[in-house]
Amino acid sequence: MTMAHTLTPTAEPATDIDDVARLLTPDGRRIPDADLDPWVADVGTDQLRALYRDMVLVRRIDTEGVALQRQGQLGLWAPCQGQEAAQVGTARAFRSDDFVFPSYREIGVNFVRGAKPEDFVLAWRGEEHSTYNPYDINTATPQIIIGAQALHAVGYAMGITYDGTDEVAAAYFGDGATSQGDVNEAMIFASSFQAPVVFICTNNQWAISEPVTVQAKFPIAGRAPGFGIPSMRVDGNDVLACLAAMRWAVDHARRGQGPAFIEAVTYRMGPHTTSDDPTRYRDPEELERWRRRDPIARVEALLRSQGAMDDEFVTSVAADADRLAAEVRSACLTAVSRTPLGVMDHVYEEPHSGLDEERENFRAYLEGFGDAAADAEGAGR
Amino acid sequence: MTQLTMGKALNEGLRRAMADDPKVLIMGEDIGKLGGVFRITDGLLDQFGAKRVIDTPLAEAGIMGTAVGLAYRGYRPVVEIQFDGFVYPAFDQIVCQVAKLHYRTRGNVKMPITIRIPWAGGVGAAEHHSESPEAYFVHTSGLRVVAVSNPHDAHVMLRQAIASDDPVVFFEPKRLYHAKGEVDLDTNLADAPPMGLARVAREGKDVTLLTYGAQVTTALDAATAAEDDGVSIEVIDLRSLSPVDYRTVEASVRKTGRVVVTHEAAREAGVGAELIASVTERCFNYLESAPVRVTGHDIPYPPAKLERHHLPDLDRILDAVDRVLDRPNSLTEVAR
Repeated sequence: MTMAHTLTPTAEPATDIDDVARLLTPDGRRIPDADLDPWVADVGTDQLRALYRDMVLVRRIDTEGVALQRQGQLGLWAPCQGQEAAQVGTARAFRSDDFVFPSYREIGVNFVRGAKPEDFVLAWRGEEHSTYNPYDINTATPQIIIGAQALHAVGYAMGITYDGTDEVAAAYFGDGATSQGDVNEAMIFASSFQAPVVFICTNNQWAISEPVTVQAKFPIAGRAPGFGIPSMRVDGNDVLACLAAMRWAVDHARRGQGPAFIEAVTYRMGPHTTSDDPTRYRDPEELERWRRRDPIARVEALLRSQGAMDDEFVTSVAADADRLAAEVRSACLTAVSRTPLGVMDHVYEEPHSGLDEERENFRAYLEGFGDAAADAEGAGR
Repeated sequence: MTQLTMGKALNEGLRRAMADDPKVLIMGEDIGKLGGVFRITDGLLDQFGAKRVIDTPLAEAGIMGTAVGLAYRGYRPVVEIQFDGFVYPAFDQIVCQVAKLHYRTRGNVKMPITIRIPWAGGVGAAEHHSESPEAYFVHTSGLRVVAVSNPHDAHVMLRQAIASDDPVVFFEPKRLYHAKGEVDLDTNLADAPPMGLARVAREGKDVTLLTYGAQVTTALDAATAAEDDGVSIEVIDLRSLSPVDYRTVEASVRKTGRVVVTHEAAREAGVGAELIASVTERCFNYLESAPVRVTGHDIPYPPAKLERHHLPDLDRILDAVDRVLDRPNSLTEVAR
């Protein structure tokens, strides 16, 4: 089956946010969609509650991250508030042995993949570039260079085909990344080699201060068919639709049908990072419009209508969220910096005489401080 | 030992590396049926099939970025950049991803990628086909950079580069592709000198001449010519530009007390600048005179009919030798 939800430009193609496939309306009503319904036929109340719980926890990590940055504990934070459904819904469609290449904003994706509390903060604190071993959770270290990871996912997927297995690779990137050559080259390579890769464009409407209309005058999902890649434009604030669309895409890739592309139309409620001020570039009315489409409130409304939002559940989710936030905070505040010589670790896999000599010189310099240097190394701040 | 051209020696290097390790695959533009524009990959498609000899779309960033993904998956990609001047579109993936992923992940993700670059001038090529971009990569921590000067090194060092768990930028001088030399195809890699070691290409006692790549041939010619003039030049083929084997370099400089560096690349912030700074730091008390560079001019690579004025030749090297020996030279009048 090929799904191509939107191929025709509309009056405001890049911004017509209701021209999307959807299963939950913004007020939380379940509506039918012939293409998507079969992919979530198994999702009952329990699974819906699990998705709700995921999103609440992700939002709580995000809130904690912003707070830690404001308190001077993190150098920077890239908030994902508003994008919980696009991240959790899509990431829940993968198997654990699939390999995901996220960008730096994919807090919810990494949460679903099994990231630990420290994995959300130590990079932003400046302790590590990557806190986890990518092979432990089959998730690449979050990518900061815009769109570079799309090619990595395709190369990984080519390796899957050479190995003859049925895993799938995936790349997450934003709407701004679709302007990058790497993302376009990734689609060419993926199509030419029929690589089992799924591209997920999280169209959150803004690339720092640039609206998506600067990147696209045509629905982003509409580009993929030009590369020979079937695509789908889905409501990124509808966790059920995101799960369904991604299940379709993953199944397509897993069955050897080649790549697929999902555009999740969503909104970044906060700034690009804690360094920018979105009030300088965004209309407050726009923010309010999107607030009424909140991905968590939408599922909550559905669960309430089903009588599945009892006090006990609400309390337990809130408790889980608070516990996780405390763990994130603790991981941040108890971080121990590596020793000064640690900056030279792991540049090369094999001995490199130039760097080895530099390390020895630096070691000799540090030793010149005697015990003071040792104390400083031990204290690690 | 077998008489082979450098091109054939490289071809055999790839063939053996692929035969030895099923995770080695090669990728690039026109490397399949055509066998590469220089025929370095000739016959490999027939032998190893399209899953290991991958003709790619014409997109250098795409080639390099997918190689990163393949390395993530446990493969050992050998990438051919068709010409030196075409590596720039892949620059971001090389310096931001290939070079850094091992560091970024504290050694959990290895990037055993070999980036083969047909390199430098002297073959009368079109614009963008004669570039010497080595300094960009030497400046990038996380990469190893090597440049070969003869068929035997080309064969052995290519196999070493592919076997290395680090990414290696591998420069192949185009103008030596057809030069013949003795190659020991049965070299046991464990016994061969590591690719990080320099080679004393010719012993001498008056001046140390540091160089690499195709310029080694020119340097050796200069040394032969100088001998008639009673000057004994020691020629060192660096082989590796990151790391540089300073142990060999220092030993030579301490013996001769005089240093000339020659390379095709432009002078400003080039490899020669780094070599002379390092030699001065390490051997200042042994130096009898200020070291001198003989390089390409600080200009975009000129049109082919003019490239002989750009590439350092035997006479420019000998003029520099006169300078470090404080003999009359082209700058004597200028100084006066």
